[in-house]
Amino acid sequence: MALLHSPEELERFRRDLCDKKDPDMPRISVCAGAGCLAYGAAELIESFKAEVEKQGLAAKVDTKGTGCPGFCERGPVVVIYPEEICYLGVGPKDVPEIIEQTIKGKKVVERLVYTDPNTGEKASRESEIPFYKLQTRTILSNNIKIDSKSIDDYLSIGGYSALAKALSWMTAEEVVDEVKKSNIRGRGGGGFPAGRKWEGSRDAPEKIKYVIVNADEGDPGAFMDRALLEGNPHSVLEGLIIGGYAIGAREGYVYVRQEYPLAVKNIKLAIKQAEEYGFLGENILGSGFDFTVKVHQGAGAFVCGESTALMTALEGRAGEPRPKYVRSNVKGLWNRPTVLNNVETWANVPFIINNGADWFTQFGTEGSKGTKIFSLVGKITNTGLVEVPMGITLREIIYEIGGGIPGGKKFKAVQTGGPSGGCIPEELLDLQVDFDALTEAGSMMGSGGMIVMDEDTCMVDVARYFIRFLTDESCGKCVPCREGLRQMDKILTNITEGRGKEGDIETLEELSELAIDASLCALGKSAPNPFLSTLRYFRDEYEAHIKDKRCPALSCKPLISHYIDPSKCVACMICLRKCPSQGITGGKNLIHVIDQDKCNNCGTCLEVCPPKFGAVRKFSGEPVPAALPEDQRKIVRKSKSK
Amino acid sequence: MSKVQLTIDGKEIQAEEAMTLLEAAQSAGISIPTLCHHEKLIPYGGCRLCMVEIEVRGWSRLVVSCVYTVEKDLIVTTRSEKLDRIRKNLLELLFAHAPVSPQLEEMAREYGADKNRFEQDASFCIHCGLCVRYCAEVVGKHAVGFIDRGIRKEISFVPEIAAQECNDCKECFPLCPTSYLQAAFVLTEALVFPRGSSGSAPQK
Amino acid sequence: MDIERIDQIVDEHGREADSLIQVLLDIQSEYHWLPKAALQRVSERLRVPMTRVQHIATFYKAFSVVPKGRHEVHVCLGTACHVRGAPRILDSVEDLTGIHPGETDLELKFSLETVNCLGCCALGPVVEIDGKAHGKVTTAETPKILEQYK
Repeated sequence: MALLHSPEELERFRRDLCDKKDPDMPRISVCAGAGCLAYGAAELIESFKAEVEKQGLAAKVDTKGTGCPGFCERGPVVVIYPEEICYLGVGPKDVPEIIEQTIKGKKVVERLVYTDPNTGEKASRESEIPFYKLQTRTILSNNIKIDSKSIDDYLSIGGYSALAKALSWMTAEEVVDEVKKSNIRGRGGGGFPAGRKWEGSRDAPEKIKYVIVNADEGDPGAFMDRALLEGNPHSVLEGLIIGGYAIGAREGYVYVRQEYPLAVKNIKLAIKQAEEYGFLGENILGSGFDFTVKVHQGAGAFVCGESTALMTALEGRAGEPRPKYVRSNVKGLWNRPTVLNNVETWANVPFIINNGADWFTQFGTEGSKGTKIFSLVGKITNTGLVEVPMGITLREIIYEIGGGIPGGKKFKAVQTGGPSGGCIPEELLDLQVDFDALTEAGSMMGSGGMIVMDEDTCMVDVARYFIRFLTDESCGKCVPCREGLRQMDKILTNITEGRGKEGDIETLEELSELAIDASLCALGKSAPNPFLSTLRYFRDEYEAHIKDKRCPALSCKPLISHYIDPSKCVACMICLRKCPSQGITGGKNLIHVIDQDKCNNCGTCLEVCPPKFGAVRKFSGEPVPAALPEDQRKIVRKSKSK
Repeated sequence: MSKVQLTIDGKEIQAEEAMTLLEAAQSAGISIPTLCHHEKLIPYGGCRLCMVEIEVRGWSRLVVSCVYTVEKDLIVTTRSEKLDRIRKNLLELLFAHAPVSPQLEEMAREYGADKNRFEQDASFCIHCGLCVRYCAEVVGKHAVGFIDRGIRKEISFVPEIAAQECNDCKECFPLCPTSYLQAAFVLTEALVFPRGSSGSAPQK
Repeated sequence: MDIERIDQIVDEHGREADSLIQVLLDIQSEYHWLPKAALQRVSERLRVPMTRVQHIATFYKAFSVVPKGRHEVHVCLGTACHVRGAPRILDSVEDLTGIHPGETDLELKFSLETVNCLGCCALGPVVEIDGKAHGKVTTAETPKILEQYK
């Protein structure tokens, strides 16, 4: 029996929920997203609960695990309401102090708040932290406010009001029109106007139609959909139900990769709760609209993120894309009209319905409206999820939000669009991020992965990495992708291992053209992008590898050598002890020397040499200097004068 | 069924409504190279050799002719510098697996493909899927299937079914362009067929 | 392996052929691999050809048709981890365990796989063992991390 039978009942229930909440009651919100859980968030939540209990405050203080707020580099993240004080890197040992100082004493624990690495300035409120200031967190801002496992929490922040509005006061056609007017383009990578896709399905004459959430998020380095599905599953569900109503579908699917067990759990729970409350099932909120949702797990295949392959997998087959010349929104799952959209696209829908297309179009550029969530990762100070309006520049994202490159290293490139995308070099950092600008620069928006690379990253190796990834993930049905990528992988591997030869680049270019022209699906067609974009902007690296057998980034193991600078070595013995090949000779007061025959370039010595000595360096394309003769290796220490 | 008018290589063709471009071309005596196509099987679209260029309403694109259905006023080109280059490259990639294949060699001569452009790989299977699809769609026994994906993809007989059915059938054997199928069958028979089946189990 | 349990799992998904992948996921999660007898039973009960079951059991990386070790070691090779040096971590894990990705050691202690992004990129490079993520791993630390597992 559904709990809520009409929009009026929903609003009454919501008012009751909000009335019961005391806005001044202290709330401890601990991020319980997968990233912070790996940092120990579960233990942290238990510690808070235990301390609150111990202090007899259980009735007066609310502690909960919430969705991911995005500042993953500084997890575990804790936000104390109502003051919105944000604590970073919190551990169980900090709990008593937080309870004492902040909950009871209403004071800020200075050492746990954000400190600007350059100015030393502190920022205790989330909104004051530079990482968050430039963001426009339409969608993500709700994550930290709710317990992802509680439908009541979602209702208390206005959840399901868009569904009620759509079902009660809008026709299905009006819903499609609003989404069309918003100009929202698919957030999964294709960037196809969602409204047009919906309209195509709406107009198809078939009676049975489907809507699907693509939560397969296969791009390595991208975890936006994970945070959304784990952190606020109801927001995605609400969008899906609205979509079903709009096109006339009675069945929906959520295809979620099994590598995200927490997301699977949370969305399944959300569906069960929605059924109990009457947002799913028959006659939803008295509208006469019936809708059910099933969860289907992926089983470890990147290609299943491609829409025709995903549908094939939903039909219980191997995820091989089909050569299709009729769009899936007309003939999709089981050959019926199917609207497949990405998690983030669905999550935008309730906002568009509630606030209107005009509100949505105030953000973004001419061709790309709204906000986009990016996962900013790699060689960046503030790793995490950022939500920004389309049109913001790469420079702003990387430097002002991301805090620039750590370790004093120089920026080299930012890779967007996953394995279908490309690398964007420094000279294009003022590019305004939107679908078309990124494509013009030789990359693409993709699902939102943004991987920052610095001077230590070899761009030839990056191309090899992506081609290897795609060779692994290719379904193998068509020749240009299966065989073409295989050969490209061989050639690129040869180049990074010092066996590159004249003509390799031309062969790679020819195979790229073949894959783009003749592949069956988008995986093959876009596979050459990482190679082509790195060749476009970093051709000199390819030529150095091929002609000089040199890796300018000093990264490709077969082309580098490690060397201990005798003028900097103080014979501290650390690298000697840690070398896994026992390849370093030396001793107390004896300069350490790497035996080049034993060295396999694992990089441990460079890692462990204390920064104040910095004695290890790498060479490439030239021989290391000859080792000092044995009798010259003794260090004579100056005696300390009193 | 009504007729659909389209142009292939400058020739005006009247095709049946549900025909594919390949069928329409074949009916007009225009030959397009194929590998994974078989008239008794559902079009696969895997080898990509049959790709043609089509122009519709001013837009030009490349499609596989074995799948694309005929449309009114379509302008189809089956040979061009680009198409020939695509076919040449596809053949050269396939030769890395198939040193002896009369079918491929004939096409190689036509398109100037170099048999030795790429280094030889150990497997002779070129994944045309004819054996798997024939057994599934025509014979209905599902004795041989694909396993794994990408470059690790292989054909694999289901020993229990193959031991019972194949020796009396073998209709798929002549379909294999590289004769790998026959070799795979013999190997499977020798190594993994259930004991005492089809009289070919090794003596103890 | 219990035929009745396999039947139960198939029935739980409504005995529909399109639930094949979900059925196999449940069996994999319970037995940590897909024994051939289980695949044959699923083929019978769902009435799908064995070739299709075989293809799916080998096409998707989540499945294993050989028994796994007691501890599943997953080294993340996602782009963010790659850029932070994951390949070196993989090399050292291979040296220490004596196996390559996709393999299980002879004592059935460790099974090694590479994965393409666990979604904890801030902690890269990440090594996940038995579902627990070890973050910011260095080559110097890998011996200590693996020693924890018996």
